[in-house]
Amino acid sequence: MSATSYTGARWGSVWLWLVFALVMLVMPRIFDSGLSITMLSQMGIAIIACLSYNMLLGQGGMLSFGHAVYTGLGSFVAIHALNAWSGASPALPVSLVPLAGGFAGMGFAVLFGYVTTRKSGTTFAMITLGLAELVFAMSLMVPEFFGGEGGVSGNRVVGAPVLGISYGPAVQVYYLIALYTLVCVVLMYAFTQTPLGRLLNAVRDNPERVEFIGYNPQRIRYTAFIIAGFFAGISGGLGALNFEIVNAEVVGAARSGGYLLFTFLGGATFFFGPILGAVLMVLAFVMLSEITKAWLLYLGGVFMLMVMYAPGGLASLIMLNLRVARHGKLRVLLPAYGLLALSGAVCALGFSALVEMVYHRQLDAAMGPVLRFLGTSLDTSSAAHWSGLLVYLAIGVLFFEWSRRRFALQWNAVHQSMEDERLRAAATP
Amino acid sequence: MEFFLITSLNGLCYGLLLFMLSSGLTLIFSMMGVLNFAHASFYMLGAYIGYSISQLLGFWTALVLAPLVVGALGAAFERYFLRRVHKFGHVPELLITFGLTYVVLEVVQLVWGRIAVDFAPPALLQGPAFTLVNHSVAGLSLHGGAVAPELCSTADAALRIVCSPFPATRGFMMLVAITMLASIWLLLTRTRVGLVIQAALTHPDAAESLGHNVPRVFMLVFGAGAGLAGLAGVIGGSTFLTEPAMAATVGSIVFVVVVVGGLGSLSGAFIASLLIGIVQTFAVSLDYSVGSVLGSLGMAMAPSWQGTSLARLTIAQVAPILPYLLLVLILIFRPRGLLGSREG
Repeated sequence: MSATSYTGARWGSVWLWLVFALVMLVMPRIFDSGLSITMLSQMGIAIIACLSYNMLLGQGGMLSFGHAVYTGLGSFVAIHALNAWSGASPALPVSLVPLAGGFAGMGFAVLFGYVTTRKSGTTFAMITLGLAELVFAMSLMVPEFFGGEGGVSGNRVVGAPVLGISYGPAVQVYYLIALYTLVCVVLMYAFTQTPLGRLLNAVRDNPERVEFIGYNPQRIRYTAFIIAGFFAGISGGLGALNFEIVNAEVVGAARSGGYLLFTFLGGATFFFGPILGAVLMVLAFVMLSEITKAWLLYLGGVFMLMVMYAPGGLASLIMLNLRVARHGKLRVLLPAYGLLALSGAVCALGFSALVEMVYHRQLDAAMGPVLRFLGTSLDTSSAAHWSGLLVYLAIGVLFFEWSRRRFALQWNAVHQSMEDERLRAAATP
Repeated sequence: MEFFLITSLNGLCYGLLLFMLSSGLTLIFSMMGVLNFAHASFYMLGAYIGYSISQLLGFWTALVLAPLVVGALGAAFERYFLRRVHKFGHVPELLITFGLTYVVLEVVQLVWGRIAVDFAPPALLQGPAFTLVNHSVAGLSLHGGAVAPELCSTADAALRIVCSPFPATRGFMMLVAITMLASIWLLLTRTRVGLVIQAALTHPDAAESLGHNVPRVFMLVFGAGAGLAGLAGVIGGSTFLTEPAMAATVGSIVFVVVVVGGLGSLSGAFIASLLIGIVQTFAVSLDYSVGSVLGSLGMAMAPSWQGTSLARLTIAQVAPILPYLLLVLILIFRPRGLLGSREG
């Protein structure tokens, strides 16, 4: 029985990988505009970065505020490698440039990780923050390597085309990125199944017991940190190839914060969580920031709500609901979900209208008091609009709170009945 | 000589400002095990709220009211956000304060705009507190307040007179910081409230079973820590610059201070604040390049290094990274920090 389910699970995961590869293969056929291909490429890069970050956060319990150091330095080394070696004499094929970034990320992880991984928990977080600041400050001081304000640019279309691939068109770069993404994701998944990966989880949960059975938690953290640095560097190298320019921003605190934010939003407790997070990250950075200037406010608010109500991120929400669905109980919850979504939409609409009005007064006051918001026009000089929106938002919040409580009751009831079922099944032989 | 005196006073003043921030951070950390990532955001809120109040009611009212407002906001944050995630462990606690930094930064930009606001100290504090006059014949003399400009200049080329004023805002900052320090110390060691706080810090269960409401104590300590940051914000914002980037600039330095001093150690934070304040202030005012310093020490740089930007870097340019270098060195040679007690 156990053997068949084991192979069944294994075949199931092979299917999943095939689907993943297929999706990456056909995506640029479906979304074939220039913008969407750029975004898809960025998603691949972000997936590797977020998964490598989750090796620290989710699997090792190491909250790092400086992951962009490894992706960023990987980018810099990759672009220098591209400029130095991939010219006329093809010492380093362009396709292998990301690997140079990977080894650079690994090297810096060996160097910095020696200091950071001596500690865990809060101290680790603070040290990574300090190191990130150090590297960022250095990047402005040493223009020979970091290129100063303008950054370092390169040209990926060098050397003779191999098999007709010159990396001129963006879609060719996309497929290179997709290939790297697939291989890296498989490797990182394989890592979670190795004894080292398991030990890393043990170090996260209970370092003392790991020490008691004869391992050195510090060493395990250090090793994992180096491996994460390698994948981060590959992601950085791909970024260098994709954009053909690298500036000091790539090692900045905002970048590191983004990895943390979106890895957590996607879900650090499941392997596929950071993949969702990476997709969201690119969507937010490219599209949300176009729609509204206050996007960081929304992002921070959503993040805080997630930390409070769904610390497992999106992935855990999906998995919880899949479990409910498997028990055939999702139907019971649907009306409550509907109410929750409706009241949430009411609140979000009112809140964002108010925020946009405040922003309009603050930034675009010169363009008159009227702003367009979702097809309607709001007048920032009219007291009626302000008070009307405030009342609307207050009603929305009350409505939301009521439906949230209702939902929580039903949710708990469903879980209670599922638990009862499980106990009953366990009791009957 | 007058350079040395004024620079050390400036360094001391900066160090005391850092300590105003790191004391609250350390207090919160040692009590709840939470490193409040948003501590510098409360500092920024203090500056902006102080600015708004000072527009309406004047600086001195703002100095009292703004910390109270920020303290109340901090207590509310603890009560309604931090306490909810407490059961999930320390990483979510750190994360929710991290999320708060984004929200506070955006709200500040929403309400007060993206450029710096003009938060000027009151007329009483404008101008120098005292001036050091170094006369090449008469020697060093101290004058209260500003000195007449004719005292500082001379037609005689053989004479050299240097006047170094010390701003009154800095003096005021030191005064407030020292008063604050003394009152916290007295409160913690000499009063009943302080005893309860100390008990809740080391033995929360025992304090709870004696009938003290430990979660409320936590909330009040968090609020007090945020309030102290707010006070530092009013003073720091009016002395330096009140802008949306101020939280990020001072925030990472404060974390360095806390780690270098040893997490949870108040006296360690004090020493580290002064150390970093003085080192950084001296470094900023020294305009020697790395190459020339090495040269004067008798070490010539390799020819390939000469003329690179590394050799041309001045100590003043290196100043921003000195705290972080100190952090790395401390972690290598003394991992628990200067006065820290626990290994973590």
